[in-house]
Amino acid sequence: MAAVKETIDTVARLETYEHGFVTDIETEFAPKGLNADIVRFISEKKGEPEWMLDWRLKAFERWQSMDEPTWAKVKYEPVDYQDLYYYAAPKKKEGPKSLDEIDPEILKTYEKLGIPLKEQMVLAGVEGAPKYAVDAVFDSVSVVTTFKEELKKAGVIFCSISEALREYPDLVRQYLGSVVPVSDNYFAALNSAVFSDGSFVYVPPGVRCPMELSTYFRINAENTGQFERTLIIADKGAYVSYLEGCTAPQRDENQLHAAVVELVALDDANIKYSTVQNWYPGDAEGKGGIYNFVTKRADCRGPRSKVSWTQVETGSNVTWKYPSCILRGDDSVGEFYSIAVTNGAQQADTGTKMIHLGKNTRSRIISKGVSAGKSTNTYRGLVSAHAKASGARNFTQCDSLLIGKTCAAHTVPYVESDTAKAQFEHEATTTRLSEDQLFYAMQRGLSQEEAVALLVNGFVRDVLQELPMEFAVEAQKLVAISLEGSVG
Amino acid sequence: MLNIQNLTVSVDAKTILKGLTLDVPAGEVHAIMGPNGAGKSTLGYSLAGRPNYDVTGGSVTFNGEDLLEKEVHERAAAGLYLSFQYPLEIPGVPALTFLRTALNSQRKLRGEDEVTAPDFLKKVREVAKSLKIDMDMLKRPLNVGFSGGEKKRMEVLQMAMLQPKFLILDETDSGLDIDALKVVSDGVNALRAPDRGMLVITHYQRLLDHIKPDRVHVLVAGRIVKSGGPELALELEARGYDEYLGVAA
Repeated sequence: MAAVKETIDTVARLETYEHGFVTDIETEFAPKGLNADIVRFISEKKGEPEWMLDWRLKAFERWQSMDEPTWAKVKYEPVDYQDLYYYAAPKKKEGPKSLDEIDPEILKTYEKLGIPLKEQMVLAGVEGAPKYAVDAVFDSVSVVTTFKEELKKAGVIFCSISEALREYPDLVRQYLGSVVPVSDNYFAALNSAVFSDGSFVYVPPGVRCPMELSTYFRINAENTGQFERTLIIADKGAYVSYLEGCTAPQRDENQLHAAVVELVALDDANIKYSTVQNWYPGDAEGKGGIYNFVTKRADCRGPRSKVSWTQVETGSNVTWKYPSCILRGDDSVGEFYSIAVTNGAQQADTGTKMIHLGKNTRSRIISKGVSAGKSTNTYRGLVSAHAKASGARNFTQCDSLLIGKTCAAHTVPYVESDTAKAQFEHEATTTRLSEDQLFYAMQRGLSQEEAVALLVNGFVRDVLQELPMEFAVEAQKLVAISLEGSVG
Repeated sequence: MLNIQNLTVSVDAKTILKGLTLDVPAGEVHAIMGPNGAGKSTLGYSLAGRPNYDVTGGSVTFNGEDLLEKEVHERAAAGLYLSFQYPLEIPGVPALTFLRTALNSQRKLRGEDEVTAPDFLKKVREVAKSLKIDMDMLKRPLNVGFSGGEKKRMEVLQMAMLQPKFLILDETDSGLDIDALKVVSDGVNALRAPDRGMLVITHYQRLLDHIKPDRVHVLVAGRIVKSGGPELALELEARGYDEYLGVAA
């Protein structure tokens, strides 16, 4: 009887990752493995300027002399970097000019994922409904960016980074690598050498971007690393809200995802960056799934600038990710709101760094970790104040929720201050999902899974409220799905 | 309606209910009175299906169906409502969200349509007004930071919204002042109906001044030792439980 139940549970769990399908399209690969020629191949495929190739080659050189970091509280099989494809693209002679030219199979994939790629679909929606401009990245290349024209009227540039390198090389050259230098860390160096695509956003001075921008990343091809590069610049007094979503097919082998995201906020600029990460987490035993090794950093370069990171992390086998803010401008503000849910054999080591350099800089960290199954969930964060950062303030709250008796939660906060005039506060709690609360909710008619979902969504509510409305609803469902079968 | 036959229940391998037999027909209100530790709350929890309350013998049928076969939420959907002595706090979940989720989960399980947002809100407003509950309070996380009296009123609001077929009130009067007791009792009395049964678990007689029972049962050491009319409650109030403690031993 117990064995039957176990089998049912296992199957149920396997079926919970609804994005686990593979799209059957013709794909063009670079030869497997990594060397300077592959770097040249990628650069040439992209039609990049000479300086970009040099930049990549230097990054590759640095990467070769670096070691993979081991300080995170995660364990995984070593990645064989020579056994990966570094470039995979849906076969197509030229980049698609409009939606009609895109492989219908790809469009079907995005449709399955519920992404409103087709502008007319969005336009046909309720009047006054928010519009989303979408950049869709399929394996290594951006397949389509919507609403370009409308954005252009407002002066906003939103395109793939490959296109930006061709159309706006000076802008890219000025900012690329200025927040995350090529030698920043092992995975950032690797990304700098081989990044294939990603999104580029530039919002000119004083412009409030008229719609939410979003990018959907999809890893489809087998044995392929995805290395996207995102660069967002909000010029003086500009505002932009950007959403990022990620999914991948269900595969038995692990796939590497090593992205770099750089945000630059100039004087009085405001960037809101939201992520709903739902990479395939692997099965209950930890087989398959994405290694998500990502470097995300924002530079609040100008005075009174503000960057807000919100992330909902439910997928990936291993997550290694610390979206950070360098608070360089006086009176600049950094925020980090995070929900990290781990189940099965997932491991997450995630958190943030708030580096206070300017005067009267403020930061706020709200982290909600939910662990179930045999998973491990670590919050790792640094709050530091430079000698000149008088009046710096930080508030940190880290809450962990444990479901069941075989999971683990860790909180590793680092606090460093070189000035006596900084004020840092840290609060942390760890609680177990209460049997009494579950019973109470079930007595009112909720099934066990509904009760768990409701209680967990209550636990993460402070962070969900930071997400744009439509994303919040999606995230809420995602949290519930991720925890199916976690109790009982 | 609710028929309990020779029920025995253990908690942590300790037998609490030792062969309890009770029949509550539709339309009647029965009171269970007894000293501390007699098993009053255990009876309520066992009927609701609380985990770790192991039924080791006997049977319970509810409208002819085997109640003990059903899971906790299935019993709720079948119409069984337990008003908690200590209602739980649900952080981050607004009372309105909780209530609507519960209502729709029950309806779904019964194969009924979900209630629409406007219909739901209209009904909640009515009920909240009758219980002197401010709508702003319903936007706050359920029971978090509520006073004892507010929590009890929330329990009554939930039962009025869920319209269960059978109510178990576990020490609903505890922690209530006279005014709150009146509001809560009026709310419960409004739910009295020919097709609804109630089991009122209480230590003191004072609640029964407000919610008048048809029958009173004395529960001592896991068994019903005496049953009678409403006058039995007054007798107990005057003489205490001492004479029954000998009977049970």
